[in-house]
Amino acid sequence: MATAGISTAEKTEKLTLAQAVNHGLAQEMERDPSVLVMGEDVGMDGGVFRVTEGLLDKFGPDRVMDTPLAESAIVGAAVGLAIAGFRPVCEIQFTGFVYPALNQLFAHAARYRNRSRGRYPLPMVIRMPYGGGIHPPEHHSESYEALFAHTPGLKVVIPSTPGDAKGLIVSAIRDDDPVIFMEPKRIYRAFREEVSPEDYTVPIGQARIAADGKDVAIIAYGAMVRAALEARETLARRNVSAEVVDLRTINPMDIETILRSAEKTGRVVVVHEAPRNAGVGAEIAALIQERAMLSLLAPVQRVCGFDAVFPFPRLEEHYLPAKERVLEAVQKTLDF
Amino acid sequence: MRVGRLCRYPVKRARGNLVQPEAVIKARGSPKSDLAFETGDKMPVTIIHEARTERLEILDRSGKADEALLPKLSSEEMASLYKLMVRMRRFDEKALALQRQGRMGTWGSVRGQEACQAGLAVNLLKEDWLAPSFREHGVMISHGIPMRQIYALWRGDERGHLFPEGVNCLPVSIPVASQLLHAAGLGLGLKLRGEKSAVAIGFAGDGASSEGDFHEALNFGGVFKSRTLFFIQNNQWAISVPFHKQTAARSIAQRAPAYGMPGMQVDGNDVLAVYAATKKALDHVRAGNGPYLLECLTYRMENHTTADDASRYRLAEELAYWKERDPIDRMRAFLVSRKLWDDKKGQALLEEVSAEVEAEVKAFEAEPAAPATDIVDFMYKERPWFLEEQRALLAREAR
Repeated sequence: MATAGISTAEKTEKLTLAQAVNHGLAQEMERDPSVLVMGEDVGMDGGVFRVTEGLLDKFGPDRVMDTPLAESAIVGAAVGLAIAGFRPVCEIQFTGFVYPALNQLFAHAARYRNRSRGRYPLPMVIRMPYGGGIHPPEHHSESYEALFAHTPGLKVVIPSTPGDAKGLIVSAIRDDDPVIFMEPKRIYRAFREEVSPEDYTVPIGQARIAADGKDVAIIAYGAMVRAALEARETLARRNVSAEVVDLRTINPMDIETILRSAEKTGRVVVVHEAPRNAGVGAEIAALIQERAMLSLLAPVQRVCGFDAVFPFPRLEEHYLPAKERVLEAVQKTLDF
Repeated sequence: MRVGRLCRYPVKRARGNLVQPEAVIKARGSPKSDLAFETGDKMPVTIIHEARTERLEILDRSGKADEALLPKLSSEEMASLYKLMVRMRRFDEKALALQRQGRMGTWGSVRGQEACQAGLAVNLLKEDWLAPSFREHGVMISHGIPMRQIYALWRGDERGHLFPEGVNCLPVSIPVASQLLHAAGLGLGLKLRGEKSAVAIGFAGDGASSEGDFHEALNFGGVFKSRTLFFIQNNQWAISVPFHKQTAARSIAQRAPAYGMPGMQVDGNDVLAVYAATKKALDHVRAGNGPYLLECLTYRMENHTTADDASRYRLAEELAYWKERDPIDRMRAFLVSRKLWDDKKGQALLEEVSAEVEAEVKAFEAEPAAPATDIVDFMYKERPWFLEEQRALLAREAR
């Protein structure tokens, strides 16, 4: 069956982000028989976003498990499977549905290594599509990365490109600690990029300079990297040179890259679609003022979602940060 | 381009509108329905499920046995059940005494539940996994965990959780019912590994049976036929809330058929009955038939923990009623009636377990506190930069 999933190619292919995650999963399952995929609709259906497409046919129902519709069970059973020697990759269908699993994530997955004094590390990945922009019903657009980043013991990874998505999912699977892997569903199929069929990793904890610049640093991740890059183009026409930092890992954050960009440009704008209060932007701003105060030419600006419930689709474009709001924030740093 | 096949969300695909071929769906195992649609004027009303739930009791409260139900155990094996229970009680009493002297943290006593845990313990194989809640000290010390580690744990030292290599026991899980999912997943893992004997035991109580995770665990275990024994000690009190306020149902065991597994209730203060029921349940799970739900009906003789005062919510006469049904007294009466036990043996046993307990207390109390850097050292395989910084603070303060 000619599916979009499962890499058979020997040479570089143009893939979407969703396909790149699929290729990473397939490659790791091929390489390591202890890797399992489990979740709602991940088998027969290949996932509602088709990220696990083709895996059931290739690896069988013992390794690609359609689970009962129960998020706590998916994560809780994965804890047990990890202790039994497997590397489960769980899919939570949407970030908005992760709440029932939070007890398992916060009270157990994040703590097991510590609680057992290192005896039971949990090599498990929790994948979940996150963020707005696809006009769905309620609970399908949330961005909860700050919840996970605030929880000691978890790692939080968010790719923004197909190439990174593959390299990061591979790293997440090989990581011996639980990794929350949030996939920006808005750009699952927004663009394609050459992705190597080789076995490669993108290290967790390393940000990427998505575009070089010297006047202002725009720090973003996930779908917001696109907004940042669009803003950069406009700024270039105004003779403002913006650097775009793609964070890639929310926890542990790449402090070195953040500080280097802050020191180099003196102006920082953080962009995320999650609410602002106690969010990732606040942490970045705090780190910069603690460690690079004297390099700053302006206060760090935050461009975020609103501190409000994510709206139904007819208003969602008003909610999501876009280029204009980024430009406005950059201007504030220039005018300061 | 929208996907042609049934899909809940608009999903763009670049290559073709693939409709799932029927053959592919069938090859993956198409869903089957057992609905038989009849035609005619009389549509059937069919009984689709009937169930009954049994309770097993072997010893009466005076220790007299129903001979027909007695499990086939040698005299030594019967005596060893009793010994295990006495060891558990001595261990538990010592912890309560230490707590009153300020030498122990909050302690959840296992008093009254010894028969449940001893009856299970003797049926366990070394390769079996325990997924305990916080009142499983009895079975834990019987499965190979040194007493000193459990004392250390409840004195407030995480190192108590570093159980000896080869002793298959998960760390204590405090959020009730949550560990049942670990037992379900572990039981599935054992099945996927092709294990033929090892099983996972998930522990919970009556209070936990109200949690969502209780349902999710039994349901998950049932669907995947995991190698899991769900071992429920219904001690009838969840802190101050009695069993009848947890559920309108008569038992927990009766839920088993709803999850597609067998189950039964057993007199949890009758160690011979627990032994027999546990053996039957474990045989079922070991044989690869999927999980089993075993409910031991017992009674929490102590406060919920040392931080609780049960006299605020339960009557002295209820306690007296259950004291008459004490699992240890009952088994001793049985053994004495068969001339398998006497006061001399009793005295010798008490001296033996007391000496063990005292030695274990000495050992755990001799252990200095862990370095403060332990706070951050077990969070990740490799310490991220911020924990490196925070560790430096702890190290500096320690100097």
